Amino acid sequence: MRLGRGAATAFPGSLVHSNAILIEGSNMAECHPVAFRWAMQAKLNGAKIIHADPRFTRTSAVADLYAPIRAGSDIAFLGGIINHVINSERWNTEPFFKEYVATYTNAATIINPDFLDTEDETADKPLGVFSGLGPYKEGPWGLNGFVGQYANASWQYDRAPVGDQGRTAATAQSGEQPVESGQPGEEDPVPAGPPYDALVRDLLPDNPARRDETLEDPRCVFQLMKKHFARYTPELVSEITGCPPERMIEVAETLLTNSGPDRTSAICYAVGWTQHTYGVQMIGTAATLQLILGNIGRPGGGIIALRGHATIQGSTDVPTLYHSIHGYMPAPTVLKDHNSVEAYLKAETLPTSYWANMPKFFVSYLKSMYGDAATAENDFGFAWHPRISGDHSHMPMFIAMTEGRVRGMFAMGQNPAVGGQNARYQRMALGKLDWLVVKDNFETETAAFWYKAPEVVDGTIAVEDIQTEVFFFPSAQVAEMDGTFTNTQRLIKYHHKAVDPPGDARSDIWFTYHLGKRLKALYEGSAEERDQGFLNLTWDYDPDPEEVEPWAIEDEPSVLKIMREINGYDSATGEHLPGFAALKDDGSTTCASWIYSGIMPGPGLENLKAASRVPDPEGGGAANLGWGFAWPANRRIIYNRASARPDGTPWSEEKAWVYWDPEKINPATDEPGVWTGRDVPDFAAGKAPDYEPEPGAIGLDALSGTDPFIMKADGKGWLYTPTGLVDGPLPTHYEPMESPAPNVLYPDQRTNPVLKAWNVDGNPTAEPADPAFPHVLTTYRLTEHHLSGVMSRWLPWLAELQPELFVEISPELAGEIGVANTEVVRVLTPRGDITAKALVTRRMRPMTVAGKTIHHVGMPWHWGYQGLVTGAVTNDLSLLVGDPNVTIHEGKAFVCNVEKA
Amino acid sequence: MAIPMQATPVATPTGAAQPIEPAAGSALTPPGAFDAVPMGFFTDTTVCIGCKACEVACKNWNGLPADVVALSGNSYDNTLHLNGENWRHVQFIEQFSDDRADGRWLMMSDVCKHCVHAGCLEVCPTGAIIRTEYDTVVIQADVCNGCRDCIAACPFGVIEINPVSKTAMKCTLCYDRLQSGLQPACSAACPTASIRFGTIQELQEAATARVEQLNAQARDAGRPEDAYLYGADDSLLGGLNSFYLLVDRPEVYHLPATAKLPSQDLPAASALGVGGAIGLAALGAVSFRKRRMDSFAEAARDGRGEEGGRGEDRGEEAMGEER
Repeated sequence: MRLGRGAATAFPGSLVHSNAILIEGSNMAECHPVAFRWAMQAKLNGAKIIHADPRFTRTSAVADLYAPIRAGSDIAFLGGIINHVINSERWNTEPFFKEYVATYTNAATIINPDFLDTEDETADKPLGVFSGLGPYKEGPWGLNGFVGQYANASWQYDRAPVGDQGRTAATAQSGEQPVESGQPGEEDPVPAGPPYDALVRDLLPDNPARRDETLEDPRCVFQLMKKHFARYTPELVSEITGCPPERMIEVAETLLTNSGPDRTSAICYAVGWTQHTYGVQMIGTAATLQLILGNIGRPGGGIIALRGHATIQGSTDVPTLYHSIHGYMPAPTVLKDHNSVEAYLKAETLPTSYWANMPKFFVSYLKSMYGDAATAENDFGFAWHPRISGDHSHMPMFIAMTEGRVRGMFAMGQNPAVGGQNARYQRMALGKLDWLVVKDNFETETAAFWYKAPEVVDGTIAVEDIQTEVFFFPSAQVAEMDGTFTNTQRLIKYHHKAVDPPGDARSDIWFTYHLGKRLKALYEGSAEERDQGFLNLTWDYDPDPEEVEPWAIEDEPSVLKIMREINGYDSATGEHLPGFAALKDDGSTTCASWIYSGIMPGPGLENLKAASRVPDPEGGGAANLGWGFAWPANRRIIYNRASARPDGTPWSEEKAWVYWDPEKINPATDEPGVWTGRDVPDFAAGKAPDYEPEPGAIGLDALSGTDPFIMKADGKGWLYTPTGLVDGPLPTHYEPMESPAPNVLYPDQRTNPVLKAWNVDGNPTAEPADPAFPHVLTTYRLTEHHLSGVMSRWLPWLAELQPELFVEISPELAGEIGVANTEVVRVLTPRGDITAKALVTRRMRPMTVAGKTIHHVGMPWHWGYQGLVTGAVTNDLSLLVGDPNVTIHEGKAFVCNVEKA
Repeated sequence: MAIPMQATPVATPTGAAQPIEPAAGSALTPPGAFDAVPMGFFTDTTVCIGCKACEVACKNWNGLPADVVALSGNSYDNTLHLNGENWRHVQFIEQFSDDRADGRWLMMSDVCKHCVHAGCLEVCPTGAIIRTEYDTVVIQADVCNGCRDCIAACPFGVIEINPVSKTAMKCTLCYDRLQSGLQPACSAACPTASIRFGTIQELQEAATARVEQLNAQARDAGRPEDAYLYGADDSLLGGLNSFYLLVDRPEVYHLPATAKLPSQDLPAASALGVGGAIGLAALGAVSFRKRRMDSFAEAARDGRGEEGGRGEDRGEEAMGEER
């Protein structure tokens, strides 16, 4: 949201070039042990490893510096670091920092005079909220759940609203929350297409944004940010986080001294940051810090989002998300003016930045959906495309299930009976379904909920009262099929089948493909308008004997045909496209996911770059460009224009990565001057550092030679987000929905004012500082198990390593409640209570927060009632509540009580 | 459909030996086997993350059974000790002051030490325990009669009876893999290069450099220089072919500070006089391990790679005190 793409900016291997690594919101050693090898290699090279976390984990154990912070207080902690950095001597004397910040970020941009910060108090606007807060009005779906809504017009750049159009929060993409993005109003007509160049040009804003390159103007982003974080002093931060002030300063100083022209620091995070009601803002605070430290786009720098599951990155690129179609384009929605291709493009196309090519991406996508049936005359079949009507993410769908509005469900690679928040609520919801299909390796808790769930066993609900018809399909494992993974660093890797699946187990592709074929056969001959999309859907991935090896699963679809459609091809000749630059907006190209284009520039496995395994030679470039394929266009560190000075030369020899070579011939133009180096430049290859855009330019031509963030409308990294986020342009500390502490920063605004909460039966929440639930409960994973345990609790060699659920508490808390190590305790929340053995350890520590002692209670959530080793479902304790931008739950910080069982 | 299959770019653990191609026409060396030089593990406990991948990889390769027991309550350790079915064991040692101002969570992957002077080998009455061409110590299950003498003789508590085979079992340092030019399963699985496999000589060099690096960092930060090597030199049982970098006393890791062979409890009146034994021991203390490695290297150069394995202990002549 601040940098332009929803992806890790660097790759884990780049950590070996780091001088310091901050791991926060992640237990990287335990949950990403393989990627953590690079952090350990950095340590062997002498890098400083920092871990900030409520618990002293296996990551803390190998860190050089550990900062204990209360669960959910990360914005305060990082805000304190930002405040320390921008007021430090080094930051104000080493010219690198200001040059990077003034040139590559929006620090100099002047903001609308109507904008009021959380720190500003007026008669109409209290402390702790931004200008524009009002009540939320639900849409037709009725389950969007916001407790408030911002009108964000006042957050905009002065005189010239900057767009972010479709690239906004999930809940803004979907239209649940309106976002001021600078696009023309519904009443303004736009030129027709294709071609859509005139339409794009018509969207250009009238004025360029005002800037003050000295960063002195009190309304410039830098000064607003500085003022916003000014109260985040070590002492106040300590009162919020429980972290000793000197420890926070030590972390800040370590990052500061290890950032600069010849040094870089990286930040790694995972779901410890996302799973909060302000998780997106936590990550935004980290992005802000990395921008002011000049660490984005450089080797050993960046922000690495650690994905907790193989191909989670892929599942957002080629998405299983409700709000997004392929390549991060917004899903067509009834909540916006998406009544034609033109209306959609008008609403979602950014006229400047690479997103100006949206018409090419979108029309090529529609061609991949409907093939020859998609023509310019019928709007490329746009009317057939499904449209969303609100928040159809996990939690609202289970509420809808409870209400009888969702009748059937496929659970593939998912085990909500254990992994879902307020899991008992979710199991009860499953019981309201007409049918449930579970396709998995074992009979999971979700498949067995109707006879094995605790509420069935204890008689709360009778088996005969559950009418759900459950179908269980055995699933092939990853190693039993050919296919690809998309890893944390946007890296797509092809894998061959290692062994045949047992019995009748089938791959997910097989199941989905043949289900589609059978459904299409059922729709055959229908004249209903609503069925035309299904009838016209291209669905031809039949095995090709020339492409596909002899295969144990009968009728396994061709993964290469699927990859071809993702890569894109010429609609007329079928010839594979070389990359997304070849896409057209007139239907002459077909491409499912533009960001992956270039992964298969020719037919056959030999042309699938994801299958390439050519490492760098010894002493090579370190990007391993021949090892798999990273989107976009095989760039390994994105925004890598920022690895060079504004004039195009490397910041230093040590950190040279991509730079401008004025002599070298640009192969595309045969003229001298090209970006080159150890990586694929994430920049227009022949755009000179001194390039300035002509007035009226669109797309990349509208960005200058010093604008590294090519997906942002102004080419800058955003310290301040004028649009795109629904809960504010700057990160602000709030308390979790359930918290034992007051908001020390804003006593009258305890929680995020626009979070999502659903007032439904079976999901009670604790009162603020509820004495019945005095402790902070945080949930997590262990190295020894995977997620809900389906892939680990059935395996003897893993089951024996962590055989039982446990509750980690400090000796101090154990003493208070009179419990000894391994004695059974009961953990209670407003949702319910479960029992497990106590693991009493000094790795847990009491913290002093707002003058009060706070205990953390830690619980892994891997256990359930199926498998070799079983245990209570930790998520029976957690609650349904959501972040306003992406509707993730708050599993990392809620409240509980613990007593001897 | 030829996809070029090359070595992965994932760095091999520093110091790990690469397979050595056998000399053309060599009948003795199996294809791809490592050269017959002393080999072993160097375990750098400062980068161990306690992931237990070594335990799982070991059980997977060696087909060892799982034993699901109740939660131990001993930190994250539910394996608890080395025995006949756990040939790798990751120890978890929590060290925190009352106020948490000081705190460490030490982790260490423990395994058979493959002692240069191995008590187990010394006492084995059936000849089931052999010294291999890699200077490692292996129990042959088909020769073991389960008498348990080796269990008592091991100063590290490594060996136990495997409940399935009913014979004494322990780490083989993946003798079968070494003979095929594959590094042991545990070190191959270790994600952080905490367990490094290689020739003793290169491991010693890497280990010494790492100790120097850590202690230099400690000096710079004004912290005590607490890193040292355990078992790398020949002061402990002639040297351990699995040696460790530790940052606290050996006892903290449940390792003995000193250890002796069963034969040292015998009256010193047998073949050698007391003086002779002392003289030999002194000689050994200076250079035994060096000479031992040199002799292995010489044997390898002479194409005698297979000699010295299979029940013959190369150190026997030099020391005269084993067996």
